[in-house]
Amino acid sequence: MNVRLGPYSVRLAPRALLAGVALLLAGCLVAVAAISTGEFTVPVPDIITALFGQGTPVAELIVSKLRAPRVVTGLLVGAAFGMSGAIFQSLTRNPLGSPDFIGFTAGASTGGIIAVVAGGSAMTIAGGALAGCVITAALVYALAFRGGVQGYRLVLVGIGANALLLAVNSYLLTRANINDAATAGAWLTGSLSGRGWDHAIPVAIALAVLVPVCLYVARPMRMIEMGDDAAKAMGIRVEPVRAVAIAAGVLLSGVATAAAGPVIFVALAAPQLARRLTRSPGVTIGASALMGAVLLTGADLAAQRLLAPTQLPVGVLTAAIGGTYLALLLRKDRH
Amino acid sequence: MPDARLSGTGLTLAYDQRVVATDLSVAIPDESFTVIIGPNACGKSTLLRALARMLKPKTGVVHLDGSVITSLPSKEVARRLGLLPQSSIVPDGITVADLVARGRYPHQRLMRQWSRADEAAVAEAMRATDVAELADRIVDELSGGQRQRVWLAMALAQETPILLLDEPTTFLDISHQIEVLDLCADLHEAGRTMVAVLHDLNQACRYATHLIVMRAGTIVAEGDPAEIVTPELVREVFDLRCEIIPDPQSGTPLIVPEARRRVSTASA
Repeated sequence: MNVRLGPYSVRLAPRALLAGVALLLAGCLVAVAAISTGEFTVPVPDIITALFGQGTPVAELIVSKLRAPRVVTGLLVGAAFGMSGAIFQSLTRNPLGSPDFIGFTAGASTGGIIAVVAGGSAMTIAGGALAGCVITAALVYALAFRGGVQGYRLVLVGIGANALLLAVNSYLLTRANINDAATAGAWLTGSLSGRGWDHAIPVAIALAVLVPVCLYVARPMRMIEMGDDAAKAMGIRVEPVRAVAIAAGVLLSGVATAAAGPVIFVALAAPQLARRLTRSPGVTIGASALMGAVLLTGADLAAQRLLAPTQLPVGVLTAAIGGTYLALLLRKDRH
Repeated sequence: MPDARLSGTGLTLAYDQRVVATDLSVAIPDESFTVIIGPNACGKSTLLRALARMLKPKTGVVHLDGSVITSLPSKEVARRLGLLPQSSIVPDGITVADLVARGRYPHQRLMRQWSRADEAAVAEAMRATDVAELADRIVDELSGGQRQRVWLAMALAQETPILLLDEPTTFLDISHQIEVLDLCADLHEAGRTMVAVLHDLNQACRYATHLIVMRAGTIVAEGDPAEIVTPELVREVFDLRCEIIPDPQSGTPLIVPEARRRVSTASA
């Protein structure tokens, strides 16, 4: 399907477009359900009035202060994990190239734990996570670099770093006092509970900068999937594109981890789920962002409501839901 | 020396510290079908990759249309010079039409991703390579010969006047090898400058209008195959004793290796 307007033109795959619209709708539905339902039900029309400061004080408190920021944080963090996963899976041409497997999320955890042990505030923990992620990524990139970075080297070095950092994390937890260990343990599962606008806004700012960057490198990255020589023959400057993509991917997963903790599986599953839904060749960044947002907020909704009043951390549910869905899809793939 | 849009001067080529060739100079005659040939590890693919700016020479320069190739914008080079690498990775689940369309990348911009010219070039490339009826098939599910035609279609869609091919026949059986080479000959006749690295000396002699023979990182001979291919050259380059007769089909040199033992006339 071609859309042309004067000198401008794009080519759209109907299936991918339809999937994108469906994911957007699903995201809206989940968001509305998460804001409306719970111990105190806010009817859907009241959500709008509450958001604009026209509702009852109770509704306003629950919608604007408690539920809406949590949902928005979930959507943004999910999208960031989804895009980060898509970038690294594309660069490494491997679903296991996700930031959760190549050490970046583990590095963020190390930074977070150190901040907890040092008695840091929520802000310091977020900063520690971001710093941990960026430092780990820089080390992995430097170790994998050999006149350019090959995907498989990035995965191998990353898996090594991941194992090392997980050991460091366990060690830090055993050395910490019991209260710090409990705080860090809760943070390590990944959770959206208690997230306010002060969590959502930094992620929103980061996305406002990084999403255009991602969209810009998305097309050359697709070409690099065919091999460095094939991409260079098409006039792509492979290493600069790869460096920018890695920087964007690292910052996305760093910012997401800083806001919600190391929620596992979204970065791995979202691009793969999106790819099968859109039937596009290779992973796509846009669809992965939408899928990540739906997956994380959907999991968080389930985590809050399934065993209510018991509240589960969302990290437990992302693995359960995403994993089951992915297993079903892979089973279907075999035929 | 004939006109050459693409040439290399004083090239020293190396992977990391391993030097493959020193002080190579080569000019690709315009509108020729140039074939580079030589024994394994003689540096023929390395030379091709250097000409296609995939490999940065340690010393020396490659010129394209009078400019140092690295001084030209990368996308600009990609509109003049195409390369079919020895092996490329087929993206998961991509269709033939989508893969061929990727050849239009150097002609596209963020806001102009699919012009009428793009559409026409892709249709023409698929027609020329005879893959139009495979348009909606998944590339991974095609045979090796079909897949190579699809990769060629992608390179054709790039619409470059010069097209370099790194061992385009390597993984194909004999009938598909001939099919791909015939296609290259057609493209050459249509006015393109073609440069291919090949393994088979007889195929090289049959299809090349200009042959470059390499051994151990140096060019031993170059020119019209009928003039330069002699038993002495083959012995020097490939360490093979042979007889050369005219190819009964094309009249080009046909290399017949000497038999090691007299073949018994009585069959068991």
